[in-house]
Amino acid sequence: MGISFAIIAGLTVAAAVAAMSLRNLIHCSLALVVAFAGLAAAYLQLDAQFVGFAQILVYIGAVSILVVFAILITRSGEDPNESVFSMSWMAGIAVVLAVLGVLVWAIMRSSVAQRELPPTPSATVQQIGSELMGRFVLPLEVIGLLLTAALIGAVIIAMRDRNTD
Amino acid sequence: MTPLAAYLLLSAFVFAIGLAGALTRRNAILVLIGIELMLNAANLNFIAFWRYGPNPEALTGVLFVIFSIGIAAAEAAVGLALIIAIYRHYKTANVDQVNTLKG
Repeated sequence: MGISFAIIAGLTVAAAVAAMSLRNLIHCSLALVVAFAGLAAAYLQLDAQFVGFAQILVYIGAVSILVVFAILITRSGEDPNESVFSMSWMAGIAVVLAVLGVLVWAIMRSSVAQRELPPTPSATVQQIGSELMGRFVLPLEVIGLLLTAALIGAVIIAMRDRNTD
Repeated sequence: MTPLAAYLLLSAFVFAIGLAGALTRRNAILVLIGIELMLNAANLNFIAFWRYGPNPEALTGVLFVIFSIGIAAAEAAVGLALIIAIYRHYKTANVDQVNTLKG
């Protein structure tokens, strides 16, 4: 805890704000990459190496590429005269401020948040692998099934409909 | 402020920013990005509580986040496919203009 956390947190929050507020969608997706990288750095700082590198591989490598592809396919060059925010943005901001207030209030009051740092646990890839093949083998199989179904479903949804063309 | 509270506050801010994007942006792709940010904030909470929890040897927090990342990848693929299908039908990705159920 210290200067490195301050840098990571500031970078992550600034990049997330940029990703949600910029006008150009390509700039938004690039800011999103920075926010994901900041979160991966936070995972690494919390001694969760495997999750940090999985975050880099999955989010920076795959999800942001998917987002860029979707932006290019939908050719979402936004109308420069039109606001990027929807008509009901004031209600949305009110909801967000209420949620943020409740979360900060709960964190500040919680006794759980007062815990001190325990000694570094060992979370090696070997341990994670044996847990995945042992206690968590059923969720692993379900995830595999889910990913297959999502892959097929995404292809079918995005496939060009012959009747309408 | 203790380290755990700092991580929880960072997670709360990322969640709030993602929620703001999902609720206020016009473009459907940005709405999906906001949802991804909210999922990431939840993952950060899992990792922080795993690290500061009483029994980190059980690795439950880490494994939950690994499964959550897998589900988020599937969600992103299906969500973007839906956005592309909607764009083909309505010729727009603006969620304010996609307001009919049958058409």
